[in-house]
Amino acid sequence: MTLPLLKVDSLTKLFPVQRGLFRKPVEFVHAVDGISFEIGSGQSLGLVGESGCGKSTTGRMLTRLMDATSGQILLADNGSPVDVAHITRDGMRTFRRRVQMIFQDPYESMNPRRTIFDTVAEPLTVQGVGTVTEREEKVADLLRLVGLSPPETFLFRYPHELSGGQRQRIAIARALVIDPSFVVADEPTSMLDVSIRISIMDLMLKLGDEFDVSYLYITHDLAVARYMCDRIAVMYLGKIVELAESEELLSNPLHPYTKALLSAVPVPDPSFKRAPVEIKGGIGKAINPPPLCRFIERCPWATDVCHHNDHPPLEDKGGGHYVACYLV
Amino acid sequence: MTSNGKPLLEVEGLVMHYQTKRGQVSAIEGVTFTLHHGESLGLVGESGCGKTSVAMSLMGLAADNARYLSGQIRLEGENLLALSEDEMRRRRWKSISMVFQGAMNSWNPVYRVGDQIREAMDLHIHPKLSEAAAKGRMARLFEMVGLNPAMLVRFPHEFSGGMRQRAVIAMALSCDPKLIIADEPTTALDVIVQDQILKELKKIQDQLGMALIYISHDIAVIAEVTDTIGVMYAGKLVEYGSTLEVFHRPRHPYAYLLLSSTPSITGPRRKLAPLEGEPPNLLDPPSGCRFHPRCPFVTDQCRTEDPPFIDIAPGHKVACWNWQQVPVTIGASA
Repeated sequence: MTLPLLKVDSLTKLFPVQRGLFRKPVEFVHAVDGISFEIGSGQSLGLVGESGCGKSTTGRMLTRLMDATSGQILLADNGSPVDVAHITRDGMRTFRRRVQMIFQDPYESMNPRRTIFDTVAEPLTVQGVGTVTEREEKVADLLRLVGLSPPETFLFRYPHELSGGQRQRIAIARALVIDPSFVVADEPTSMLDVSIRISIMDLMLKLGDEFDVSYLYITHDLAVARYMCDRIAVMYLGKIVELAESEELLSNPLHPYTKALLSAVPVPDPSFKRAPVEIKGGIGKAINPPPLCRFIERCPWATDVCHHNDHPPLEDKGGGHYVACYLV
Repeated sequence: MTSNGKPLLEVEGLVMHYQTKRGQVSAIEGVTFTLHHGESLGLVGESGCGKTSVAMSLMGLAADNARYLSGQIRLEGENLLALSEDEMRRRRWKSISMVFQGAMNSWNPVYRVGDQIREAMDLHIHPKLSEAAAKGRMARLFEMVGLNPAMLVRFPHEFSGGMRQRAVIAMALSCDPKLIIADEPTTALDVIVQDQILKELKKIQDQLGMALIYISHDIAVIAEVTDTIGVMYAGKLVEYGSTLEVFHRPRHPYAYLLLSSTPSITGPRRKLAPLEGEPPNLLDPPSGCRFHPRCPFVTDQCRTEDPPFIDIAPGHKVACWNWQQVPVTIGASA
């Protein structure tokens, strides 16, 4: 394998729980709890899990919209890796050229008072790329690439004049206009209708190839992750519990949580019979969790080993299939 | 699952427009279907296709600017559209009840959940149940939906999202309805919770033998809970038939494309066929067939003439001029 584009090591984010105005916080929500993974150049990793598992927090830390509590994010930059957590103010501008984000809600992620041209050209303006004419050409090219043509009919319109699908195309154009090498996409299709969804996903795949972009694709939908990503990581309460090639993960899930998640996904075929979902209770608490496997309360197979040890490490069980479980 | 005898619900040629400042929104355009006791029907379609408008019409809860231009909704032979607001209120919850999409918003935050269910029962069950009978009934309802009856004295904010949705189902069942309409009841929930709610709903439906109309944009969920399916597009029912038949041999191009553009975790990884374009503006719907601007099988006839909703096999109806051109698929995941 080539040198990874992005290397994340023991990344952690704790949110203090305030009790009273002046009291020191003693409790912390362990939103992301020491996760490590790598993404190669041009590769895509799907981050899957239920609400509150820490997948969006991870995405926000990778784009420096949020600072990590501890851990390291290394982004390869012409050979010498850059530590994302310690980028200086000047370095931030270069960083933003390389890392971009696509948000979930196309209605909230755009300034309603700016035209489509202003929205898409903003990264270029901020970075001072090219002359005005060059920027205009670049924006028009991008609009054509994301399927909004002829671009002249869109350039000077406002977001409210466009449908959700069209706005998400604008969001993709805005993220790619600066030629980034890494894009975090946080549920970019979950608010769109099914018939629109596939064309947006296809667009992201096509442009990802063309621009040689790596994606971190955050979603709650395993079927979408399978369609979009080379590899899938499953998160549960701030931990990555399993990480493998997409097809391997779906056909040979090893972690009990992944198994439960997979058997709970409805299948669009009335003659398909799903395996029973083997899981107990509801999601555990993320505030000061005990030093045990995070999944222990819901695991139907937990044994003594699980009850007497810390959360299991994420280990390679062969062929790049990583699992964090003592029983595998 | 269909029983003999008279159908429970007949919707016939229903046409409903919303009167807005910008003109008439043609929300429901000639929808016709029949539902028998104990049957479960799924209504699928994208946002704005009219599925929730149909549900609200059945409940007599459509917005004030809704105008019924023609058609009937007959519940056990009685036309609901001809009833007064007062008569309709007496049938709501008792004959037809509904589980709404946002479980968060279905409850009044300042009253205990048990008291709110009790209120619905007191209003609709005559003669009124005694204190003890009502409590016993509520406890049984909670057990049925998998909640601890001790939760009845709790406030809505003390329930998790999944528990709240279970409690909404308990409330919908409280007056022994013949028909329950579930409008995207699990859309806001995580998959594992969704799976539990769907199982509960199916189990209860089998136990009590009531009819169910399940509305969702998610065809995978529809595939799991329904016997019959109606596919809606831009205010029209474009295909109707047994869930098995429609999933394995969709005959309307929209149904076909919807099924082939749904990603799945089973079956071989495949390229999905995107549906080009976007749904039409219902203030000014396209001429002829409403799907024609997006349809790959479009002919000149489709642009001018609206296709009739015809039987192509027993119990399988399609509104398309060229349904024979639609390729045969074997299962959505094949």
